[in-house]
Amino acid sequence: MGSMTIGAKTRISSPSLPMIHAMKLNVDFRSIKGHKFNKVDGSKPAPPLLNLSKDSDKGGGYMFEFDNVTNRDLSRDFVGKQQGTIPPKPNVPPENSVTSTGEEQLSAAEMHRRMKLLQEDSELQKLHMKFVLGNILQESEFWATRKNLLDDEANKGSKQRPGFKSAMLADVRPSADGRTNKVTFSLTTEIIHQIFAEKPAVHRAFLDFVPKKMSEKDFWTKYFRAEYLLRTKNTVAATAEAAEDEELAIFLKNDDILAKEARLKIKRVDPTLDMEADAGDDYIHLPDHGIIRDGIKETIDNDGELARRTLSQDLNRHAAVVLEGRSSDVELTDTKTVAEALARSKKEPPSSSISDDTNHERLVKVARMTEIEDLQAPRSLPYAPLCIKDPREYFDSQQANALRSLGGNNDGRHARNCRLSTDDAFDHLLGQISSIKVNGLNYPVIQSEVALKHWAAIQELLRHFWSSYPITTSVLYNKVQRIKDAMTQIYQKLQDIKESAQPDVRHEISQLVKPMTQALDAAFNHDLEQQQKSSKSGNKPNGF
Amino acid sequence: MKFDLEGLTVHFPYAAIYPEQHAYMGELKRALDARGHALLEMPTGTGKTAALISLITSYSLANPSRPLRLIYCTRTVHEMEKTLAELRLLFAHLPAAASRSLLALGLSSRKNLCVHPQASAAAARDSVDTACRRLTASWVRDKAASDPDSTPLCDFFESFDRAAAAGDLASYMPPGVYTLADLRALGRDRRICPYFLARQMVKYANVVVYSYQYLIDPKVASIVSREMQKECVVVFDEAHNIDNVCIEALSVSIRKQTLEGAERNLRRISQEIDRFKATDANRLRAEYNRLVDGLAQRGNLPISDAWLANPALPEDILKEAVPGNIRRAEHFLAVLRRLVRFLDGRLETENVENEMPVAFVASIHSQAGIDQKMLRFCYDRLHSLMLTLEITDTDEFMHIQTICDFATLIGTYTRGFSIIIEPYDERMPDIRDPVIQLSCHDASLAIQPVFERFQTVVITSGTLSPIDLYPRLLNFNPVISRSFTMSLTRDCICPMVLTRGSDQLPVSTKFDMRSDPGVVRNYGRLLLEMASAVPDGIVCFFVSYSYMDGIVNSWNEMGILQDIMQHKLVFIETPDVVETTLALDNYRKACDCGRGAIFFSVARGKVAEGIDFDRHYGRLVIMFGVPFQYTLSRILLARLEYLRETFQIKEGDFLTFDALRQAAQCVGRVIRSKADYGMMIFADKRYSRHDKRSKLPGWILSHLHDAHLNLSTDMALHIAREFLRRMAQPYDKTGSGGNKTLLTEEDLQNMAQDAMEM
Repeated sequence: MGSMTIGAKTRISSPSLPMIHAMKLNVDFRSIKGHKFNKVDGSKPAPPLLNLSKDSDKGGGYMFEFDNVTNRDLSRDFVGKQQGTIPPKPNVPPENSVTSTGEEQLSAAEMHRRMKLLQEDSELQKLHMKFVLGNILQESEFWATRKNLLDDEANKGSKQRPGFKSAMLADVRPSADGRTNKVTFSLTTEIIHQIFAEKPAVHRAFLDFVPKKMSEKDFWTKYFRAEYLLRTKNTVAATAEAAEDEELAIFLKNDDILAKEARLKIKRVDPTLDMEADAGDDYIHLPDHGIIRDGIKETIDNDGELARRTLSQDLNRHAAVVLEGRSSDVELTDTKTVAEALARSKKEPPSSSISDDTNHERLVKVARMTEIEDLQAPRSLPYAPLCIKDPREYFDSQQANALRSLGGNNDGRHARNCRLSTDDAFDHLLGQISSIKVNGLNYPVIQSEVALKHWAAIQELLRHFWSSYPITTSVLYNKVQRIKDAMTQIYQKLQDIKESAQPDVRHEISQLVKPMTQALDAAFNHDLEQQQKSSKSGNKPNGF
Repeated sequence: MKFDLEGLTVHFPYAAIYPEQHAYMGELKRALDARGHALLEMPTGTGKTAALISLITSYSLANPSRPLRLIYCTRTVHEMEKTLAELRLLFAHLPAAASRSLLALGLSSRKNLCVHPQASAAAARDSVDTACRRLTASWVRDKAASDPDSTPLCDFFESFDRAAAAGDLASYMPPGVYTLADLRALGRDRRICPYFLARQMVKYANVVVYSYQYLIDPKVASIVSREMQKECVVVFDEAHNIDNVCIEALSVSIRKQTLEGAERNLRRISQEIDRFKATDANRLRAEYNRLVDGLAQRGNLPISDAWLANPALPEDILKEAVPGNIRRAEHFLAVLRRLVRFLDGRLETENVENEMPVAFVASIHSQAGIDQKMLRFCYDRLHSLMLTLEITDTDEFMHIQTICDFATLIGTYTRGFSIIIEPYDERMPDIRDPVIQLSCHDASLAIQPVFERFQTVVITSGTLSPIDLYPRLLNFNPVISRSFTMSLTRDCICPMVLTRGSDQLPVSTKFDMRSDPGVVRNYGRLLLEMASAVPDGIVCFFVSYSYMDGIVNSWNEMGILQDIMQHKLVFIETPDVVETTLALDNYRKACDCGRGAIFFSVARGKVAEGIDFDRHYGRLVIMFGVPFQYTLSRILLARLEYLRETFQIKEGDFLTFDALRQAAQCVGRVIRSKADYGMMIFADKRYSRHDKRSKLPGWILSHLHDAHLNLSTDMALHIAREFLRRMAQPYDKTGSGGNKTLLTEEDLQNMAQDAMEM
């Protein structure tokens, strides 16, 4: 039996192999296009094999026989990863009929996804190398905690579409110039799109009137005149104007399309919150029965032909539209196209059934609202993957929002930045560089980076550690033992870093290392407690 | 799971049980053994309903002499749906023989059950009722028998009628659990009217789930629940507001519109009488003869003719002949005209007047010449006349019916009521809107027949504190009265009292402070900061619609609302139920998809009454202010006076009790189980006072740490962050050590053994 060495330098060097006797094999990894291996179980006396194949059109390859499965799997994982890091030629998909040591049978797509993730994320790759190849975690265990990552990867095919903005754009505020009695509203296509989506009656009026009856400008002037009347709560003027101008009246009236939609939607609503059914069952509050004006109810008189549209209605409508999202993905160029695109997307036929009483989904909803979740086995909720076009931009803007909204005005920081002239900045940078030169590698920052490198590893270990409690099977027990060993090693390393640090920076380093050691301590303590408890309660298997 | 409870085998639909559910079942069993009433308070989110129905079902399975007859009353239709879903789960866990023979169904109005394509299309409940009567009333069907082409009938009702006549209704409804949707689906499928089928099957069903009023309001109860037997176990769930339901069931108000409508009705009735005189004078004569014989009601009415029944309680209705002077239709009509004119005169008042029924009846007698007995028969006489005149569009005649209800009630009752005439609403003194309000003050009146009729009545809720007040308000003697606390695996609820805003100034909705822009801004900042820190759903409760409207508008103008919308979508409860329902539905969707949302709602509103904001639908509830009733309301003052005189309950105590039970009810909606978690912020400086706070239910108080009693916004935010981080950690849900918070079948067996050994 020979030994096999696989180097990270994309090369396999094998001093001796049983099949090719006394031949030094030196294969460039780039020439290896795929690998296969056999499934080994106890029933058949077959040796574990690994087959590295070269270009498929040329044929040829290398067959390695191993004395045990573990070694084979190690090499296989390594080869697989190396293949992943090297961009494969497009004509050969990496075919992996992987069988891991357990019964787990992975599809090629699944394997492909894992490798892609490893390629994209160097941190993840490091962790994988350290723990899976270091035999602390099993392949399946490693990926079990990253199911979501894998699922996201699977869902990435769907293209992200921007929705409506959360801000109420349709609520255009007038700006007055202060000198004249003129009020100005400004519009963009984005705003118009939102107005159309939130107010179908305005949308319909636009399609009907423009450009046959009036120009677009006249249309919006009328619209905002109506809005202005509503905003100023000038009901008398509104009534008078509506009586004169029937187009203006459209904007002031209740939206009949919305009312119709609401009647349709109410039939499909979740029965556990259907308050309309409730009102239909209420015989105490017949008109003029019960108590009015008892200090609880407030008399709300909604008489009058014209809408008393309230802010609450607008808010509800806006949120509903945002939630529905944009159904069409059109370039917002001009009003006409916006209006027409929206009309097209609206044309889906309404469901004909009056109310779907046999709908299974409703039943499931009710059942979920009633059951007591911790009295029975958990069920996993489906989750929608977060899909952000440019994560960096999104999170930066969120942070800015948060800062602004929380009253922290970051003007101060800006001001300071501006005061620095370029000369100052250059001087400062020069000073920094020279100081590094002087202090060399002993600079605490460098040290701390070493420590930080452990952080990811510790997190990974802790995640596995905590997720294996309570220990119910021997598999979990073994896993915890392995993880504990690894944690002890890292702990030792951290201690070394702390002790080896220079006295002047030791405080900073220990500050840095402290959270890590604390987290590890917590885990060790928990383990100790569990052991004590199990030794107390005694005779059960595994102590639990 | 199946376990043994003091010798009774209990079937429970889950794999584990909370200790408090176990204790709750024990108390319930004792009440059933003693055949007496029970009053039980158990925190929300500990599975009251599941415990109740499994124990009562198991009890009758073990005692064949007491077959399962359970009337489960809920406040709302959606709670009815949830209860039926729990029943379905339970029945699936019962032994096969039992679950094959049990029938459970929900009952609601025609509006919610009708499947007739035209009739069910009507928007309002009254219109559906009327549309149904047009197709099913006995005289319509008689007419159709002679003239089938021009008289449309309801096929669904006809097949129901045939099946009822043949006596095989049960074959249409095999045992099982029927929600309203199931009933409708069954009706469409078998072409039978689900409403009347359910109404008939109620007599035979093992479990009936319906709304409170079907048992409490005499107008409905004497039609629907007349034939329920004494052996029934009656449960009122979420019963903390039951006193309000009781007094509302016996109250009537009359406004200007009512009187105008009544006059229209009277003109129409007089035309109908003239028409009948010309064409079919015999009918009127026959009615007169029947009334002479002393039959106010025509005996057993066909089920489709039954209309809202007498507003007075069954035993207070006179079983004697109608007085002679209102037997003739024209005479009765004249009496009603005089009554309407009298009421119209009283409505013209400029001052608030408060009278007792006796004085009011006396003044009717002296001014309109109508004595007490005639008043008392008004309802029955009108009902008889409308049947004689074959009037189907009952919704048109609501107004005159209101007048007759009013007359019958003041003719029947002399105490526990008062009549208050107000020329305008106190809060809007410039708008003249006179009203005559007959207001019932005594909740025990309406519920007394229920306690007397049924041997076991269980009143239960998450907030019945102080528990000794309810027996006084409802005037009954429970054999079991207990308040349970909650054993928690971890501190999964976090109540806080916020007294100061971010600028350290006090916040309150006290009358003199509520419109202060500083308070409005502080409340806004609180919500904004919480919206940025709390995941998923946040619910806010305000003290009233007008306050909510005002504060949301101010936030909009200050720009705070826009900032909040950066974090979460905003939904608002409005007086329109359809819109509110859709807003709620969207709110849940927004929470489900991870978008996060805020729901603005009103304490004492429809949403606060029964919508759950459990799990991710509500991680935080903010109660802005103390939801006191409007204390200057005359009706409230009259009720307070009555309570003090009759039950020695102090005004202040009652008001605080009432406000705090509403607040507790609002915040209690966040917890569904022990795995759930949520925060509750009481944002008003008045909550920090001991007399207010101590009225909160014990399970909230026990988690209200002293350090959380006087917080400002920044401190609250810090606590919230800490709490959320703590809740995110994995935990052992069975509880640790001796403090078990989740019992398995094995644990229960051990407990039983321990008890045996001791």
